[in-house]
Amino acid sequence: MDFSTFLWTTFAAFLTLATYSFLYKDNPFYKIAEHIVTGVAAGYFAILLWHNGLVPKLWFQRLDDGDWWTLWLNSSKPWYLIPALLGVLMWTRFSKNYQWISRWPMALYIGISAGIAVPLEMSNRVNKQLYDTMADLDWANFLGQGRFFFLDTASGLSQLLIVIGVVAALIYFFFSKAHTGVFGATAKLGIWTLMIGFGASFGFTVMARISLFINRMQFLGGWGAEAFNASGTTPNENYTAWFQLFFWLMVLLVVGYATREIIIHVRGKAKSS
Amino acid sequence: MKLKLLVLCLLLSCFSVASAQEGTSPPEDTLLFDSTLLPAPVTNLVAFDTENDHGHAITLEWEISVDDGAGKQSVAMYEVFRWVPDLMTAIPSFRDTLDYLKLRTSSSWSEPEPGSRTDSIHSVFAKLDMAQLEQKKETLERTIGQAIRDLPAAHAAYPENGSWQQVAVAPSGSVTAEDVGTKEKDSPDYLPDYSDFYYRVNAVTADPDIRTPSEIFGPVQSYGQWFNLGRLAVFVFVMIFGFLTIFFVSHARRGADLYVRPLAGIEAVDDAIGRATEMGRPILYVMGLGTADQIATIASFTILGRVAKRVAEYQTKLMVPAYESVVMAVAQEVVKTAYYDAGRPDDYKEDIVFFVTSLQFAYVAAVNGLMLRELPATNVYMGKFFAESLLLAETGAVAGSIQIAGTDEIAQIPFFIVACDYTLIGEELYAASAYLGREPILLGSLKAQDWAKAAVIILVLAGLILANLGVGNDWAWANNIVDFFRVVD
Repeated sequence: MDFSTFLWTTFAAFLTLATYSFLYKDNPFYKIAEHIVTGVAAGYFAILLWHNGLVPKLWFQRLDDGDWWTLWLNSSKPWYLIPALLGVLMWTRFSKNYQWISRWPMALYIGISAGIAVPLEMSNRVNKQLYDTMADLDWANFLGQGRFFFLDTASGLSQLLIVIGVVAALIYFFFSKAHTGVFGATAKLGIWTLMIGFGASFGFTVMARISLFINRMQFLGGWGAEAFNASGTTPNENYTAWFQLFFWLMVLLVVGYATREIIIHVRGKAKSS
Repeated sequence: MKLKLLVLCLLLSCFSVASAQEGTSPPEDTLLFDSTLLPAPVTNLVAFDTENDHGHAITLEWEISVDDGAGKQSVAMYEVFRWVPDLMTAIPSFRDTLDYLKLRTSSSWSEPEPGSRTDSIHSVFAKLDMAQLEQKKETLERTIGQAIRDLPAAHAAYPENGSWQQVAVAPSGSVTAEDVGTKEKDSPDYLPDYSDFYYRVNAVTADPDIRTPSEIFGPVQSYGQWFNLGRLAVFVFVMIFGFLTIFFVSHARRGADLYVRPLAGIEAVDDAIGRATEMGRPILYVMGLGTADQIATIASFTILGRVAKRVAEYQTKLMVPAYESVVMAVAQEVVKTAYYDAGRPDDYKEDIVFFVTSLQFAYVAAVNGLMLRELPATNVYMGKFFAESLLLAETGAVAGSIQIAGTDEIAQIPFFIVACDYTLIGEELYAASAYLGREPILLGSLKAQDWAKAAVIILVLAGLILANLGVGNDWAWANNIVDFFRVVD
């Protein structure tokens, strides 16, 4: 690893550890990491919008030969001027007298979006689910197969349980009727069904998060091996003495902060007792 | 000049066209083989415009060869061929030339690699000066445009000036295939609408050289439909739901008392605001990562309005960190209106709603820091949440805040359930806005939703019975009713 790459990797490792330090409590290292990542993200997105939105769609177009050339007035998509004007209207928010104008583009945006969403949601969340629930049950394999036949998801019983779960969950989401009597009991079955689903989803996602954690630990492990190598444990000509100084100063800083926290904690305990 | 250029381009394209056709055209002389090896052809080939699309696609149907799965059992696959006029085949070569001319007249021009395709085009234009090249470029652009417009006429000239090209492959046993093009005129897959297409299907054996062509079917044209009948069920549902909404909204406007069952999460909002007031600590309202066009975010705006109004009445501090600029602008309007409605416009400050960043985990880092530094008494998470849900809710729990969450993002609800005091599950988020607002429009739409759900339950049960009876008794009408609800995109 060359020195400049290693410096950036060290920075990444520092930010990782600084973020994990939040597990202890809010501290200066976490604040540094938080402000760096928030600031960088804000700047990154500003540039991203500039280069992916404003420049190619409004002001210039990138030609096939790689030149930035055509002004939007000459481009083949002059209608981009309409959203551009709506975008400009948003800036009227800075004026007390004219900020009401900014409500127009917002109203248009939300209105169009809601209009698009209605048939889309109806199709994806109602019609398709409805059709798939109208299943032709597998009567020939109703009880399932294998040792754990009741876990056979292809069995007719599983299909029937899905239908019962769907109906019960739908009843739970009735808002204009009190959940009492048989209706309430069915709604309770519905919330049980939902909770079983949520439990499975929780376990699944936690497993995925653990794999992310393992990946981060592997990164830190790799970095640690490289860092101790670079910091003088084994001579490495890729790294200068400046890095060794920087590394041990950082270690000193972290140890110093940890010691301070321990002293404050011990004193606090002594005071309270 | 235009004609000369066209001829030049056609000459240039000859090589590529010839090479492109190699291996794609079916061998015309199949008699080189023992005729007993040849599979029987597919029969009753028909082609028609693909239904319920925007055009530029043809569907083919046929009856399989008698040697497919039976007889000699020698059919391995079917190859679909379309007759393509030379003009259509030449257009990509025109475009190659145009690309060359654009490159040549740009600042990034460099000598092409010897023997390359660009080099072969360059050898034709090498001696031209810049003005001539610019002129040729403009002429060629017009020529390509004209060629595209002439495609229907070129197709109509069948069988003159064209060749057969393979457009699809289907495995043995298939009785249908689709020739799907694109509407993009710049694309090599462009398929012009209202042009006469001719098709034939080859039954191919394991030895790809042994094949039998079918009868030719044509002409057939593609065209777009105004309505996608495959989504008729969606239309019907939207109309019924629209009717129910209008009916119940007008009912509510006439003063009908529409009951909404209590939602624990929403009942807790007022208590949580009161708690924050007593403790002298702020309320944090997080709208998630959704954009202003998402239903969950729109529902969140309504709840924010209600929370902000109550906060203004109690003169408590409210903080709304925004993830997206448009959401921030809308949320500012919502909060401002709420403060005006509460009769406290002077208490409204622009920075109640503030922008943080549009990067997911950077946003989380900032909001988590805010929670531990400002120690809000109440955290309200309403809207669209993703992987950040647990990070936010867990930090809020550590900070000792009362937490109320609501999202329609199914995968995130479990995290809110375990880390928050109250959670609105899915549609409860939408109901909450109606419950809080008590406005006729929202209450009426909530009532309409309940009726729609009742209809769905009835349809599920009826459909289940029909689907099972229909299959068992071979009732086509029952299957047709069930199929009506199928959505074809």
